Amino acid sequence: MNKKITRLLVDILLYGFLIVISLYMILPFVWMISSSLKPENEIFSIPPIIISKNMTLEAYKTVVVDGNILRILLNTFIVAAGATIARLFFCSLGGFGFAKYKFIGKGPLFAILVATLVVPFSVTLIPLFVIMAKLKWTNTFLPLIIPGAASAFGIFFMRQYISTINNELLDSARIDGAGEFTIFLRIILPIVSPGMTSLGLIFFMGAWNDFLWPLVILKKPDLFTLPIAINQMIQSMIGRPVYSQQMAAAVISIIPLLIIFLVFQRRFVEGITAGAVKG
Amino acid sequence: MKKKNQDKREENIDQSQKKSLWHEIIKARWPYFFVSPFYFLFLIFGAFPLVFSFILSFTAWKGTGPLVFNNFNNYKLILSDKVFWQSMENGLILFFMYVPFQTLLACVLAVILNSKRVKWFKFFRTVIFMPYISSMIAAGFVFQLLFGSRNGLFNSILGFFTIPPIPWLDSVWGARFALCALIIWAWLGYNMVIILAGLQTISSELTEAAMIDGANPAQAFFLITIPLLRPVILFCVITSTIGSFNLFGELMSLFHATGGVGPLNAVITPLLAVFGQAFHNFKLGYASTQAYVYFLLIFMVALLQLRFFNKEVD
Repeated sequence: MNKKITRLLVDILLYGFLIVISLYMILPFVWMISSSLKPENEIFSIPPIIISKNMTLEAYKTVVVDGNILRILLNTFIVAAGATIARLFFCSLGGFGFAKYKFIGKGPLFAILVATLVVPFSVTLIPLFVIMAKLKWTNTFLPLIIPGAASAFGIFFMRQYISTINNELLDSARIDGAGEFTIFLRIILPIVSPGMTSLGLIFFMGAWNDFLWPLVILKKPDLFTLPIAINQMIQSMIGRPVYSQQMAAAVISIIPLLIIFLVFQRRFVEGITAGAVKG
Repeated sequence: MKKKNQDKREENIDQSQKKSLWHEIIKARWPYFFVSPFYFLFLIFGAFPLVFSFILSFTAWKGTGPLVFNNFNNYKLILSDKVFWQSMENGLILFFMYVPFQTLLACVLAVILNSKRVKWFKFFRTVIFMPYISSMIAAGFVFQLLFGSRNGLFNSILGFFTIPPIPWLDSVWGARFALCALIIWAWLGYNMVIILAGLQTISSELTEAAMIDGANPAQAFFLITIPLLRPVILFCVITSTIGSFNLFGELMSLFHATGGVGPLNAVITPLLAVFGQAFHNFKLGYASTQAYVYFLLIFMVALLQLRFFNKEVD
C-alpha cells in the first residue's frame, strides 16, 4: 500500500514536470496564432484572451495582399531548395570519396576539412561580402547557395553513413564495368537516401531560417526571404506596430517547416543526433 | 666519375619515384574529383576571406580605395573598446545564466523520457523539440509580446495577482532573463534529443545494478548516468557556449527597438558588434580586428572547456 502511494506520487511529479515544460514550449505558438487572429485591442487585454469571438483573418489578408508574402514564400523556397540540393550532392560525393577510397594526402585533407568547422562566420563575413559585391552577386540568390554548397559538416556526416556500405557491392559493380561516378549515382545514392533525407532536412531548415547572411546580401524587397521580410516589417512599424500582421507573417513562416518536421520527425532527429553522438 | 654515376642513378630513382607518385595520383584520380568541390569552394570562400580579413584587421579600410596599414592601431583601440568587451562579457554572463541550467534540465528530461516509466514518450519529445524549428526572428517577436514591459502577457498575468509590472526588456538583467527564456525555449529540445540519443548508446544495466546495490535514483543519475554521458554533454556545452557568443537573429527581433543590443548594451554579442562596425559604421578594417580577437578568445574558451571535462575523466 505504502509503495503504491509513493509510486503514484512519483508519477504525478514526473508527469507534472513534463506537462509544465510542454506548456512552456507550446505557449509561444499558441500566443502567436491567437494574436494573429485577434483584433489589435484584444492582444493586450487584461486578463489575456486566447480565443475571442472577434477573431478574424484580416491580418492574413493584409499580409498576403499588401505584404506580398506569397512572393516571399516562393523566394524562401527557391533559396532553401537550391541550397539543399546543391549541398546534398556535393556532401554525399565528398563523403563517398573519403569513405571508400585510399589516396595520397587523405589524412591531411580530412584534417583540414574538420579544422574548417572551428572558423566562426563572423571572421569571414566581411571579406565574403566584399567578394560578393565584386562579383556583382549581391541581390541574387547565388551567395546563399554557392559558397556553402559543400559543407564540412555534411561531408563528415555522409562519410560516416557511406562507410557502413559493404565494399563487395562496389567491387562487383566494378567487375561489371561500372565507372566510379556511375557507382556513386547508381549504387551509393539509392542506399544512402535515408541519410540524405536526414541531412537534407537540416540543410533545408537552416537555409529557410537563415538570417544574417541574407540580410547582408538581399536589399531588394522583391528578393527578400521570410526572416528578412519579417524583420523589415518589424523595423518599418517601429512606433506604430500592427502586431496581428507581424504575428500572421510569423505563423506563415513557421507552418511549412512545422509540417515538414511532423511528417519527417524520425529522420530529422536522426540527422541532428548522428553528428553529435558518433562524432 | 663513379660518384657522378651514383648521383645520376639516385636521380633516376628519384624521378621514377616521382613518376610513380604522379602515376598513382592520376590512377586514383576519382576520389580527388569527389572531394575537390569542398576544397575548391573553401579556397575561394573560406581560406581567402580568412587571410583577407587578417590583412584588413591591420587597416582602416572603409570598403573602397587602397589598403593602408595603420600598424597595430586597431589592436590598441580594441583594448579600450568598452562595447566590444561588454559583448564578450555578455557572452560569459549568458553562459553562466543558462548553459548549466539548460544542460541539467535536458539531462533530466532525457533520463525521464528514456525510462519506460512515462507513456506518450513521442508526444513529449515532439512538443519539447518543436520550438527548435522555429525561425528566431519570428520567435523573438513572439517573446517580445510575452515579455513586453507595458502590456506583455507575463506582466498582465502578474498584474492579475496585483504584482507590479517588471521591466523585462527595458532593464539590463530583465533583458538577459528574457533572452535566456527564449534561448531555453528554442534549444532545450535540441539538447534533450542529443542526450537522449547518447543515453540509448549506454546500457541501462549499470544504473539498474547500482539501484539494486542500494543507490537511490538521484545517486544513480549523478554518479553513473552523467559521467557516462560526458562526451555528449561536452558537445552540448561547447555548442551552447559558442552559440551564446553568436546570437544575432533573436536579438535583432527581441530587442529591435535598440537595434538588437538591448538596454545599455545588456545583450550585445561579439557577432552583433562586428556586424554594427562593418555594416552600419563601414569600418571594415576595425570590424575585422574585432572578429579576429573574438575568434582567438572563443577558441581558447573551447579549449579550456575541453581540458576541464577531460580532467574530470581522470
